Amino acid sequence: MRFLRHGLAAVLLAYSSLAAAVLEIEIVGAGENQIPIALVPFGGDEKLAAEINGIVAADLQRSGLFRLVDPAGKSPHEPGEVNYADWQVRGADALSIGQAGVLADGRIEVQFRLLDAVKQIDLGGHAVSAAKGQVRAVGHRIADLIYEKLTGDRGVFSTRIVYVNRQGPRYKLIVADSDGYNEQVLLSLNEPIMSPAWSPDGSHLAYVSFENGHAAVYVQSLYTRQRKLIANFEGSNSAPAWSPDGALMAVVLTRDGSSQIYLVRPDGSNLRRMTFSGAIDTEPHFSPDGQHLLFASDRGGSVQIYRMAVSGGPAERMTFGGGNNYSPRYRHDGKVFVFTHRENGRFYIATQDFQTGQMELLTAGGWEKKPSYAPNGKLILYASEGRGRGILATVSSDGRVKQNMFTQSGDAREPVWGPLP
Amino acid sequence: MKKLVISVVLVNFLAACASHPPAETSAPAAENAAPVAATAPAASAAVAVDPLNDPASILAGRSVYYPFDVSTVQEADKPLVQAHGKYLAEHADRKVRLEGNCDERGSNEYNLALGQRRADGVKKMLELSGAKAAQLESVSYGEEKPRASAHEEAAWSQNRRTDLNYSK
Repeated sequence: MRFLRHGLAAVLLAYSSLAAAVLEIEIVGAGENQIPIALVPFGGDEKLAAEINGIVAADLQRSGLFRLVDPAGKSPHEPGEVNYADWQVRGADALSIGQAGVLADGRIEVQFRLLDAVKQIDLGGHAVSAAKGQVRAVGHRIADLIYEKLTGDRGVFSTRIVYVNRQGPRYKLIVADSDGYNEQVLLSLNEPIMSPAWSPDGSHLAYVSFENGHAAVYVQSLYTRQRKLIANFEGSNSAPAWSPDGALMAVVLTRDGSSQIYLVRPDGSNLRRMTFSGAIDTEPHFSPDGQHLLFASDRGGSVQIYRMAVSGGPAERMTFGGGNNYSPRYRHDGKVFVFTHRENGRFYIATQDFQTGQMELLTAGGWEKKPSYAPNGKLILYASEGRGRGILATVSSDGRVKQNMFTQSGDAREPVWGPLP
Repeated sequence: MKKLVISVVLVNFLAACASHPPAETSAPAAENAAPVAATAPAASAAVAVDPLNDPASILAGRSVYYPFDVSTVQEADKPLVQAHGKYLAEHADRKVRLEGNCDERGSNEYNLALGQRRADGVKKMLELSGAKAAQLESVSYGEEKPRASAHEEAAWSQNRRTDLNYSK
């Protein structure tokens, strides 16, 4: 095992926020029971309020769980100014009102309240503030609070995603808000970058880079940008995954022959071989309780999903039936896993319930690969294709609402949804 | 801009070399050589030509191709791999990198593993033909470096390959 700390000379680290900006988001379908909500434009700084309102509206719409009701000229900013009949007439079950402004030190502050128009009650007020310029963060936080109050589930609009942008020979590792905006380029190379994986606390990313001429696994801090090479054996070092406590990583190495799964500490120490199949075993993913690994293997003749205990022992085949299955990932509650299903030349995003063993296709099929759950299990992010390019896409966990995110240039690949902040 | 053009031409040339049987690649070379043949036949005969650089040699072939999801060297390509193994046995100073590639069907990670298995298969056959392990390095690019990028078999068949890349 070699340890290397790479200086900045070895790679080009860029901080551009214009690399592959999301230009357009296309939403298809609607949830079964959408909550009609009116987002009344906040008072105070009108320009700031309009910007925040747009972010909140886009977030809620993307979830597929809300229908936006036009305030149509009514703009109360205090509970006392609200005439509930106005909102019942418009068909709104809920409305948000408030004030937005910039403080003396440049911080953005929003005070808002959520009101139930049917029960005619105040659902509570919140103050959200952020550093100067962090308008999107404020919008996402407000959307999270509204989402949580009205659905009872954890909001994920303030989370981040990672993906690889490929343009010709240029590969960029990009971290962005969950809506694809506000991206930062973490690494930019003229060699492939693959398989990004979030540390459970969101502070580090593991990934595969070919900058040494072959696939090697790196871990990089999002804060200090410092990188560490943690697996660089002969052949291929790939498919890193973190244990839920962050103490272990699973990696796939060919140092002893075929691609097999190994456990290693995130500093590269204590390497231990996990599988002994002689076949291809890859794409390990830890269960939320850290006790099991799901992975893809061709040990049975075709590529299928298997599960084994982290403590060792035999692997159990999880997927049967026609086609091949790749890229398994657990849902946050460990009851369901999502994966890529290939059948008759098409790739689908599919889920399977551990208890029933029932597979469900969530997408129509095409070049849909590499799914990962949002931390609340309600949305799935995956790589798709649109207008001849690789794009990011999401689908609601019931398959009803799909969203395509078109980036400015190049192919978006290998997206992974990050943890809660 | 100039640099870009040159590198594009070079890539096309290499691609043409690698993807056609040796008989085809030798034809244009022979035509080009014809006008100067009268002035320099003795000189070229006097120099011991490295067969690796002879476009008419089987060694001019530097790629091995596979059916979908297969990693064993196909019968048709065995003479090529064996000839490289024999050449390496006779030229202990030469080193070659075996670069496995896949088409885009499958996951990136599975294809990386499959490409490695393809490269390792060629490596094994080279060793059986006399090459030493120290002369060989096998790596995989999975589906990351496609030679052709369309979603069709004509492109996929070009991308399922192991390249034999000699170091200078």
